[in-house]
Amino acid sequence: MSKANLLDRRQVVSALLADRKDVVAIGGLGASTNDITAAGDHARNFYLWGGMGGAAMIGLGLALAQPKLPVLVITGDGEMLMGMGSLATIGLQKPSNLSIVVLDNEAYGETGGQTSHTSAAADLVGVARACGIADSRAISTMAEVEAFAKTIHDLSGGPRFANVKIDSANVERILPSRDGTYIVNRIRGDLGFQPI
Amino acid sequence: MHARADAADTTTPTWPDDIFATLQRFDVRQVPYVPDAGHSKLIQRVLGSSTMRGIPLTTEEEGVALLAGAWTGGQRGVLLMQSSGVGNCINMLSLIPILRFPFLTLVTMRGEWGEFNPWQVPMGSTTQGVLELSGVKVLRASNAAEVPAVLEAAAAQAYNALTPTAVLLSQRLIGAKVFTK
Repeated sequence: MSKANLLDRRQVVSALLADRKDVVAIGGLGASTNDITAAGDHARNFYLWGGMGGAAMIGLGLALAQPKLPVLVITGDGEMLMGMGSLATIGLQKPSNLSIVVLDNEAYGETGGQTSHTSAAADLVGVARACGIADSRAISTMAEVEAFAKTIHDLSGGPRFANVKIDSANVERILPSRDGTYIVNRIRGDLGFQPI
Repeated sequence: MHARADAADTTTPTWPDDIFATLQRFDVRQVPYVPDAGHSKLIQRVLGSSTMRGIPLTTEEEGVALLAGAWTGGQRGVLLMQSSGVGNCINMLSLIPILRFPFLTLVTMRGEWGEFNPWQVPMGSTTQGVLELSGVKVLRASNAAEVPAVLEAAAAQAYNALTPTAVLLSQRLIGAKVFTK
């Protein structure tokens, strides 16, 4: 299934998080959550193991609550397709500190590699732009990934959306915690919130 | 077209103001919603508020995920929807026990008390069961006088005790919708 010239998902996510500073990173259900783990466990990582279609909306809720923090959602094409309406919701709210990256391998990699809608028809960059996310980019080189990684810290330029075409090869599974309450409370603690 | 059949037509109800006041007192900041006629006054109050942010959704499940993110970032929220929307939320409701964030939803009921439209009845009939099977406690307000106490109890248990809670605002309270040519 591997095609030439497609980017390696782990390299992409490593580059996005290499100089993360105060970024809160949300990994969508599936391989994306493993990718942010592989880049290094962090108190501000939000790992999703369920709630398919919800990653971008979790990002929106966080971005609106914490407008001074860069919030980065990293998810897959299948997860984004399931929550495609949330691009319209985000396009309306226009949180300037929210960035969404789709790692697009054109397939449901966790369930046997069935092709997704982006393999033949659906253009998520077009959808995001048409929903009012003016900074919506199609990315196909590491130089573009690195340039995008810098913009994430600009709290006035969002929302922004990037669709990164990646190789569909399966990579080693590096699994984060599955304890959702721990994951949320660790982020809250790092942001200075006390337990109830 | 979509007039209402009872006294709510001629006198503006004040129970939405009671709801708004309670939400304000509990420091609710994010208010995701899919519009419903029964929520229209409350939505107006939210959109006119300086402390709350009304967030229109394309589908109700977005609101469940949004509230998880809001709480992670330190804010409380409430999800406004109609009974049909509860069905749209089911899988996303699994985030609530897993992430353990305060969840309060206010659901305007259709498909009961004098309903005209048969298409509203199946989901309206299963709304309470779906919520309870999904781990959400259900309270109900059937008349304007009980709205403040029900809202107070719901908000207290949702935000203080992290007990996922839905308040069903009954069709008897909001008035059955009638269709005229």
